[in-house]
Amino acid sequence: MQNHFPVWKNILVLLVFGIGIIYSLPNLYGDDPSVQVSSTIATAISQEQANQVDSDIKAMGIPAKAFEYKDGKILARFSNTDDQLKVADQLRDKMGSNYTVALNLAPTTPGWLRALGAQAMYLGLDLRGGVHFLLEVDMDAAVKQAEDRYIDDVRLALRNAKLHYQSVAKDSGFIKVTMNSTDDKSALLTLLDKEFHSLEITEPEAQEQVWLKFSEKEAREIKKFAVAQNMTTLRNRVNELGVAEPVIQQQGENRIMVQLPGVQDTTRAKEILGTTATLEYRLVDVDHDVQQAVSGHAPVGSRLYYDRSGAPILLDRRVIVTGDQIVDASSGQDQDGRPSVNISLNGVGASKMAKTTQVSVGKPMAVVFIEYKVETKTVNGEKIRHKEKVEKVINVATIQGVFSKRFQTTGLDSPQEARNLSLLLRAGALAAPVDIVEERTVGPSLGQDNIDKGMLSFVVGFALVVLFMAVYYKLFGMIANFALAFNVVIVVAILSMLQATLTLPGIAGIILTVGMSVDANVLIFERVKEEIKAGITPQAAIFIGYDKAFATILDSHFTNLVVAVVLFAFGTGSVKGFAVTLIIGILSSMFTAITGTRMVINWIYGSRRVEKLSI
Amino acid sequence: MILSIGSLAVRGLQMGIDFTGGTLIEVGYQKAADLNVLRNTLDTQGFDDATVQNFGTAKDVLIRLKPHEGISSADLSTRVLEAINKTTVEPASIRRVEYVGPQVGDDLAEDGFLALLYSTIAILIYIAWRFEWKFSTGAILATVHDVVVTLGLFSILGLEFDLTVLAAVLALIGYSLNDTIVVYDRIRENFRLLRNKTTEEVMNISVNVTLSRTIMTSLTVILVLVSLFFLGGEIIHNFSIVLLFGVFFGTYSSIFIASPMALMLGISAEDLMIPVKEGSVVDDRP
Repeated sequence: MQNHFPVWKNILVLLVFGIGIIYSLPNLYGDDPSVQVSSTIATAISQEQANQVDSDIKAMGIPAKAFEYKDGKILARFSNTDDQLKVADQLRDKMGSNYTVALNLAPTTPGWLRALGAQAMYLGLDLRGGVHFLLEVDMDAAVKQAEDRYIDDVRLALRNAKLHYQSVAKDSGFIKVTMNSTDDKSALLTLLDKEFHSLEITEPEAQEQVWLKFSEKEAREIKKFAVAQNMTTLRNRVNELGVAEPVIQQQGENRIMVQLPGVQDTTRAKEILGTTATLEYRLVDVDHDVQQAVSGHAPVGSRLYYDRSGAPILLDRRVIVTGDQIVDASSGQDQDGRPSVNISLNGVGASKMAKTTQVSVGKPMAVVFIEYKVETKTVNGEKIRHKEKVEKVINVATIQGVFSKRFQTTGLDSPQEARNLSLLLRAGALAAPVDIVEERTVGPSLGQDNIDKGMLSFVVGFALVVLFMAVYYKLFGMIANFALAFNVVIVVAILSMLQATLTLPGIAGIILTVGMSVDANVLIFERVKEEIKAGITPQAAIFIGYDKAFATILDSHFTNLVVAVVLFAFGTGSVKGFAVTLIIGILSSMFTAITGTRMVINWIYGSRRVEKLSI
Repeated sequence: MILSIGSLAVRGLQMGIDFTGGTLIEVGYQKAADLNVLRNTLDTQGFDDATVQNFGTAKDVLIRLKPHEGISSADLSTRVLEAINKTTVEPASIRRVEYVGPQVGDDLAEDGFLALLYSTIAILIYIAWRFEWKFSTGAILATVHDVVVTLGLFSILGLEFDLTVLAAVLALIGYSLNDTIVVYDRIRENFRLLRNKTTEEVMNISVNVTLSRTIMTSLTVILVLVSLFFLGGEIIHNFSIVLLFGVFFGTYSSIFIASPMALMLGISAEDLMIPVKEGSVVDDRP
């Protein structure tokens, strides 16, 4: 029997349609601006604390739409963003540094839909507002730092093994170790063999020297580690900033993408993400003359630094404690009301600090503030990024007594600087300096504008196509329109299920799909018309029309698909969003425009005598 | 076509910051903004290379800056905002900031070029496999024509070429081929059916019977694009312009270029007589 679908096919189409509707439904519900409170320490927020926060918000005189406490997190919904911001600001002051207060958009999807796992589409930054950063990790600096570490380690190992050496220094890509005699050299080689597998050894002409270099594998490891470590640090920093749903991803070999939805204060975000600020504690060298060092003769074992006013100061080469040994830091004020940072050290740091202070009571100790600054310069037409390590002594204080784990540092310019520094110390130092190489910020008003404009052009475009098809192809056109609507529902449903990012070009992609997906129906209907003209019965014309158009549709849609896939592979950000909607749109339109319309046409015309088609 | 190539050669494309690197800041005001005041402010603050223009409405202002030397890149937008907020009565609300480093710009340009190259190669192979190399060459030539003419018009109008526009160009390639393939498909079918006709006649018949479809589909696509152009907002403007031009030229090129090209290359019925299994599959496909 011609033009009759088996039962399973009808059921399949209806099933897909039903699932499509359910999973696209969440997009009809809006979002509530809300404030999310979570704990940064191991213990989750308790019910009592949640009740406290609830009454705190009530005390502010701002009505919350809903207050939810679940999985140790608090979510308070508000009716507008002003309320949301006010509450977030006040809560931040109240809750202190052990809690993260983040702005969020909580979907209002009803519970039964959420129970089915149905969620609204994930909106890209160009639609919801926020900042996108692309950070480049400075690999050269990472390798250089690793070299410095190895130099220290080799020196230490030599000292421990009681081997005398002349020098351990960096020179033309090698770490060159010069020993006093050839005997010591062979001892060194045994030592290296035992403790430093990751270094490649070259023995040059000069008898007492050994040249060391990272193996390829080690160099790769160092770079990998630098990126991984930086990502962890960035994640910590973003958490400290209080951002809901941040995205932090590695991109390529040495770049990290950070997306912060809803963040408006980009200056602070940039400051926090990009800076490599850290602290070092060193003893002041009081035995040598500073002026002599300024004129170029720094004594062995000491280094020349400058303080904020530009005055020179000599510090011991050995670091007592570095930033990565700091486990907690909070900003505050000292007795005199100056901004300060209260610091807690980990075990290693604490014991080092204790050892140093025990023997140095009454001596001055300096705090060195270290920061990397990046500048782009053009030299001979080539753009060269110049990185400068800025080290400044921010504070020199006399050690009053023995201390280890907890102490206070002053000498900062402003409370803001103290706050930022304590945040950075808490979140950990970046393993290698990063540089912001791309920034895209979209304000919230533009985001909403983009959604509105996208929706409007979609509705109008859709209506125009529907009208056109109905006028030109009559009943068949209406069936194609049904398939078109079905197609949009499926695209939205799949986007929601995959939680793929919807961007403005993505919306344009959906609109374009609307225009193009009727193509399959146009192909079929034109073919049917042709067959009727050729004098074939309506039933056979439908059958042949669909059959012959099928191969054409397959071929022509495939090229579109190829292009969309290439676009997906090479595109970034919003362009990827366009490619995703295009791919899904093309695939689902093949199903709706061929199988979907055929089902309806079979219902209407199938299995009976037909004289004339409304086409 | 000649005009387009000429303009591309002489004027080139005005590349957006996606490819050149640089900073773009869009700010919004409650009232219409005085561009001259903004320009003077930026001039005196050392941003003399800044271009300031309205974007869409008189209340929205777009500021463009070339990559700056000496200033840490990320600071630039912050400093520009500080500068303009000092002089205007009403603080500007940031609508959009885009900063692309020179290195990233180069990478994006390279990726874009590779995307164009790979999609062209992939399609060339696909058509050569499904049809025949002469068709494949014809299709690619028609597509290259569409792209060149569209880009040419872009160059003549001095519109900015950015990532979104590149995406539109790629979508255009897909669309233009789609059109061409529908015609080729019919030619192939007719070569097998109408054995007593000459190659030229077969081509003519095929183009004619697919003509109404070609025009219908182009019309529906143009309908949505017009809606996108007028209602989609400034950001999506150039995107829709590319596709509008492209669909227009694509329709015309698949009729007047793709098939005559294959004909010129000496396509004949024999080329397509290789037993392609397709005709034999006539079961209950939808």
